[in-house]
Formats: sequence, structure tokens, C-alpha cells
Amino acid sequence: MFELIGVPPQALFGQLLLGLINGAFYALLSLGLAVIFGMLNVINFAHGAQYMMGAFGAWMMLTYLGIPYWGALLLVPIVIGALGILLERLFLARLYHLDHLYGLLLTFGLALIFEGLFRRQYGSSGLPYTNPIPGGTNLGFMFLPWYRGWVIIVSIVVCLATWFMIEKTKLGSYLRAATENPTLVRAFGINVPRMMTLTYGFGVGLAALAGVLAAPIYSVNPIMGSNLIIVVFAVVVIGGMGSIMGSILTGFGLGIIEGLTKVFYPEASNTVIFVIMAIVLMIRPAGLFGTPR
Amino acid sequence: MAEMSPLLDVRDLHAWYGESHVLHGMTFSIRKGEVVTLLGRNGVGKTTTMRSIMGIVQKRTGSIRYGQTETIGLPSNNIARLGIGYCPEERGIFASLNVTENLLLPPAVKSSGLSIGEVHTLFPQLKERARSQGTKLSGGEQQMLAIARILRTGAELLLLDEPTEGLAPVIVQHIGAVIRDLKKRGLTILLVEQNLHFAVTVADRHYLVEHGTVVDEIENGQLANNRQRLEAHLGV
Repeated sequence: MFELIGVPPQALFGQLLLGLINGAFYALLSLGLAVIFGMLNVINFAHGAQYMMGAFGAWMMLTYLGIPYWGALLLVPIVIGALGILLERLFLARLYHLDHLYGLLLTFGLALIFEGLFRRQYGSSGLPYTNPIPGGTNLGFMFLPWYRGWVIIVSIVVCLATWFMIEKTKLGSYLRAATENPTLVRAFGINVPRMMTLTYGFGVGLAALAGVLAAPIYSVNPIMGSNLIIVVFAVVVIGGMGSIMGSILTGFGLGIIEGLTKVFYPEASNTVIFVIMAIVLMIRPAGLFGTPR
Repeated sequence: MAEMSPLLDVRDLHAWYGESHVLHGMTFSIRKGEVVTLLGRNGVGKTTTMRSIMGIVQKRTGSIRYGQTETIGLPSNNIARLGIGYCPEERGIFASLNVTENLLLPPAVKSSGLSIGEVHTLFPQLKERARSQGTKLSGGEQQMLAIARILRTGAELLLLDEPTEGLAPVIVQHIGAVIRDLKKRGLTILLVEQNLHFAVTVADRHYLVEHGTVVDEIENGQLANNRQRLEAHLGV
């Protein structure tokens, strides 16, 4: 076996794959946060809880209703997204005329409530979810489990489709314009409050989709979201709030950087993203892809 | 002019920004096909009047009738759908949209709007710069884009807030020609202006605004006789 800069290739590519997997989740979650923040000016602290509810949704559909993974992949984002729409109508919509901070506090409180409810019902030890695509293939330099490859592909496709919808379509032009100047867009006859509701539902749906994708990889656990969301917020800060392509690229990029750090300097692997965040905040406070607002 | 019911009828309109009472009973009306100006100095409430008609200023009382519809309680998007097009003073061109996207943004409210071809005939510059970012255009081009995008929608009443502000004389002339052309097409226009020389070349009537209320009304033909009265109001 040959070695690369003193590291066996199996270890290097193995960690790269893990990095890409993490990056796939970072990208999906930070994309949802960016879309919601752009349109609603709300930092959705419930995003991690909604991701967790996506994973639980898949588990509950399988356990109670016998709906397999593939059905859950489609149904869960719709159900949790609809729940998001309800939350926006009932609570968030009443806070838009106040400071950002109130939306953040509200969603943070909701996250605690959701996590508490699931912990009370299911405990915090985690529930298993069977891998729907077991097995894998040996690529020569590494072993690729089918399911992990699937997660990366789904994440890339969904991220690019979202980017295309926002940057290249008529609907997306409404979204971009309403992000810039909602008052004027409304004065042109577009129902901006309804767009905000649907955008929140869409962002929450993305979080739920990430949760379904995560269920077979990580154990389904009430606190799986709060562990992940801290890192995702760092990703969003680095990429720049509100930038669509920025959050996708930063999500995958930081996942890979984290993976590489595990190979070359494992001690720093848990902190490298936060170190990068601190540096970016000092040099470009609006984030790598963000514009000051 | 034969008496007919006005297209826009504003009665005793009061409006507030927070606690600050800005309009104190504006009353005026516009008949279909007319070009009418609101003249007055800075800060007398002309822009606020437009924003109140559009429902952007939400704290407002009195009556604003458009055709048969009372709009004082309607949200902004429903008011636009009645057939009112709004061109704000700051032009409101979107930086994240290119020129064509800016042009196509406002949804059609009536089927009678200008086609893209007709818009490009009125404003040839917009065709040449179709792919440019909206805010990369010059001030004059942005103003044309801001007017052009509400012509496409089929709106029958246009609210133009200081369309000539800060623009070169040749562009002001172009905009004047466009407004006269739109009048010929039967559109109704409410114009906020500080530029009296421009206003007399396009308008049928003028309302003088002071301290959030209409203090005088002058037919464009009578303007010469009332020049002194007018200049006293405007402080020119």
C-alpha cells in the first residue's frame, strides 16, 4: 500500500467521504436557514428540532403506519412543512413588525418544547432505523456504502434545484425582489405575506428532508438536531446569511475541511469550523458570500 | 369638460407615520384620462398621499374610492390588483434582478397592458440593457425601467412620484413625451412634482399641497394668470 503525505489512502478517502456526508447535511440545513432568513428576516432556531422531527417522522411512519423509507422521504417533508406553515401563521407572522430577536427567541423556545416532548415520549437513548439500501461497492481506493452515496446525491440535487428555482425562475424573481423590498413587491399586487408563509414551510420541509435522510445513518434521537444545528449556524455565519449558493458551497466545503482535519490533526476536528468562523467574522463580517445589510 | 364620476376620489384623507400625523384631510379627484399633479414643497405630504393610496401607509382614515371600490381598508396587494400602478420616488429597481426580470416582475392586473415590444419602442435603452443588473443602469434608465414595468401590467391609473427628479434635461423631455403618449392611450396619471416647468408641459390640472392638505386647484390653462400665486406656494 502506498501512502499519501504519511496517511494511508483508505483513511484519507474514508474521512473525505464522512466529510462529504456531513457537508451534505450542513448544506441542506443551512440552505433552509438561508431561504427563511432571506425572506422572513427570522433566524429559525427551531431548524434543528424540525430536522429531528423529520427523522422521527420517518421512524414513526415506519413503526406505526408501515410506510417504508421511500414513502417517508416524500411524505415527511410535506407533513413537517405543513406544520411549519401552521407555526408561521399562528406565531411568527405576529412578530414581523418587531426586532429580529423576537423571532429568534420564539423559535428557540419552540425548539426546546419540541425536543422536550420527544424526549419525554421516546427517551434520549436513540431509536434504530434500518438502512433501506444496504451494501456498497469497493472503489479500489475505498469502500463506498450505497446509502451514503445516495445521501450525497440527493443533497446535491435538492440544493441545486433550490438554487435554480430561486435564481432562474419567475417565482424566484418574486422571492429575490421581496427579500430586497417586500413593501414595493406587495404594492405591485403580489401577496407577500402568503409568500413568506410558503417560504417558511419550504425551509422547514428542507430540514425535515435532511432528517429523513439522516435517520438510517445516525440513530433517531430527540437531541440529534441540537447537536448538529450549532455547527450549521457556524456554517451559515461563514457563508453569509441569505446567500443561496453561498450556503450550499460553504456547507459542502466545511464538511470536507472537517473530514480532512480528522485525518491530519484529529484533535482540532471538533473546533476547526468555529476557528474558521472566528477568522471569517474578523475579516468579512458579512460572511464569505454575504452582502452587508 | 363634461361632468362624470371620477376614477380616483380622495376625501378627507388623514395619514400617520407612527405617532406623526402627516396628512390632514387631503381631498382631490381625478377623472379618467386626466393627467393631474400634486405640487408642493418638500415634506408637505405628496409622497405620503401616494403611499396612502397604495396602502403602503397603513394608518390612514377618510375615503379613497377607485372606480366603485372603497380602498381605505384594503391591503396593498389588493389595491394594486384593482388597476393602480405605482412608480416610487426612489424608483425601487431591484439589485438582485436583471433588467428583464425587473420589467416582468409586477404581475398583469388587466389584459390591456403594453406588450414588451411596445415597451421597448417607448424605451429603446431597456432592450439594449436587458441582461444588465437592474441597479447598474444610469439614473435615467432606472427611471424609465420603473415606469416601463407598470405599463406592462395594464394598470389604468399610474402614480408617478417625481419621475424627473435629478435627471438630465434630455431625459426629462423623453419622459414628458412618454407621459403625453400614455395620456393619448387613455391612461390616467397622478404625478407628484416639484418641477413646475415640467408639470405644465404634461398636466391638465394641478393641486397645490401644503401641510398635508390641498390648498388650491388650478387648471393648466389658467396657470399663466396664477403664476404669482403658485410661485408663492412653491417658494420658487
